[in-house]
Amino acid sequence: MTLQASVALRHGSLDLAVDLEVADGEVLAVLGPNGAGKSTLLRVLAGLLPPGGGRVAVDGTPWDDVAAGTHLPAHRRPLGVVFQDALLFPHLTVADNVEFGLRTRGVRKAERRTAARAWLTRVGLDGLGDRRPAQLSGGQAQRAALARALVGRPAVLLLDEPLSALDARTRLVVRAELRRHLTAFSGSTVLVTHDPVDAMALADRVVVVEEGRVVQTGTPDEVNKRPRTDYVARLAGLSLLPGTGEGRVVRLDGGGVVAVAEETSGPVFAAVRPESVALYLTRPEGSPRNVWPARLAGATPHGATVRCELAGEVPLVADVTAGAFAELGLEPGAAVWATVKASEVAVYAR
Amino acid sequence: MSRAPDGGRIPAPLLVPAALGTAFLVLPVVGLLVRAPWSSLGAQLAAPGVGEALRLSLISATLATLVSLVLGVPLAWVLARSRIRGRSVLRALVTVPLVLPPVVGGVALFLVLGRRGVLGGPLYDAFGISIPFTTTAVVLAETFVAMPFLVISVEGALRAGDARFEDVAATLGADRWTTFRRVTLPLVAPGVAAGAVLCWARALGEFGATITFAGNFPGTTQTMPLAVYLALQREPEAAIVLSLILLAVSLATLLLLRDRWLGRAVP
Repeated sequence: MTLQASVALRHGSLDLAVDLEVADGEVLAVLGPNGAGKSTLLRVLAGLLPPGGGRVAVDGTPWDDVAAGTHLPAHRRPLGVVFQDALLFPHLTVADNVEFGLRTRGVRKAERRTAARAWLTRVGLDGLGDRRPAQLSGGQAQRAALARALVGRPAVLLLDEPLSALDARTRLVVRAELRRHLTAFSGSTVLVTHDPVDAMALADRVVVVEEGRVVQTGTPDEVNKRPRTDYVARLAGLSLLPGTGEGRVVRLDGGGVVAVAEETSGPVFAAVRPESVALYLTRPEGSPRNVWPARLAGATPHGATVRCELAGEVPLVADVTAGAFAELGLEPGAAVWATVKASEVAVYAR
Repeated sequence: MSRAPDGGRIPAPLLVPAALGTAFLVLPVVGLLVRAPWSSLGAQLAAPGVGEALRLSLISATLATLVSLVLGVPLAWVLARSRIRGRSVLRALVTVPLVLPPVVGGVALFLVLGRRGVLGGPLYDAFGISIPFTTTAVVLAETFVAMPFLVISVEGALRAGDARFEDVAATLGADRWTTFRRVTLPLVAPGVAAGAVLCWARALGEFGATITFAGNFPGTTQTMPLAVYLALQREPEAAIVLSLILLAVSLATLLLLRDRWLGRAVP
């Protein structure tokens, strides 16, 4: 099934205008900060919120067409939704929860039982069908919610931050399972998340939404390596420096010049990974590379390293080892010299 | 609780009024128990008319509660969930009987459903049906006064409930009616039960609207509160016995509610 959506909606301070297309068996991640309109977009796709304009169609069948006055209500759309908090009906057993969608669609009891049991086994909840949702752990509840969404063989699967309510360890396990189920699912999947790891691990393609607009699309790898906005760059852990290519240098929009390894021209992004930035207390001499004066604006532990935010003409983020950080005796506001090899700077057209 | 560092000592300006308030609420009930003719209780209970009034009270209060459930739960849903215009006006109108003196309610019912009333007139002319001074009138008067308690209780439960469950039901193919039956109603069932008990207790004690609209005929419209009032004029001992019965029923209601309300008041 191919999901095509072109959705426009004004809702409070949100001004949403997003186009997206998801092919058969494809998983599209909608990545963006809180308040970007991701969940609103998902509610529109689910039919819970009529769009102000545009069209939503699956395999050519319109679900929403504002111009033609078409709006298929949520309960008539062949879809499955998994919400952030699982939202299993607390008054029903786990098995009855999974059967719910089959029951509303008139499937006979024996058939429902069999299908529900099969799905519970498939998501690893064998024998827990008679429990109440309150007796399940967070991970188990989210697995049951996935079974409930998929048991009716939907054409479209919508996932709204399906892992964010789980603790870190459970998230890891459930993410891996979810990946397996998504691979087996033949319909279109839209995954809404603010966690880049979810997007990278689960999606075939990523759409980045900020303030109601698509700011970047691509494979997870493309988005990760060549971010086009500060938000994406921060998620990927890169410093993003927009500028103009002039041969082997990039003149930055914010002032300053970056030496790069390849010839470029016109508007470009220069992206620098934190681990390729080195810090010195005195200006280093020697091989030709980028050297900038900066001040230490902030430092936070980041794994075995310390992530240093640098303020100056060229704003950068640097990862230094905890040992080096201590040796340099750095304090907030301290003056440092930051260096980056030209070959370590990624350049790509804007 | 660990919040009170001085062992929860109550300041005098609060303690004295609180104690007086408690005494004021409890003493009349104690007086009722003290003055009760315990020795002749059996005979009084068996007196003709007592059983009749009690049966009529229980039946009419239960019927009024059933009518309130059938009409009031959907009304509460409309107030809590729908997006119709003038919803706040509707809510104000629905809760008018809460603040209206019951006698006024009785008069109003009489003007609408009486033999010369707006609805009662045509009803009598066409079918010869007259509502006032019948058991039906008792049920209607009690419903009028008690239903707002149910509506407000259920609306509160609906608002406090998580409406996202209804979204989930919709994405699982349930239309709004199916969602209401299989999800909304089961989730607010405790609120509906509490509202029904409150509604029933209010209907059981109804006096003003009943005596105005339905009159005071033993066997058809004389409920317990009416019987108590009448008995007090002639034989106070009988009034005490009837009051004791109502007290027992009220206490039983309170016990039913205890887990929901009193239990919740203590964290």
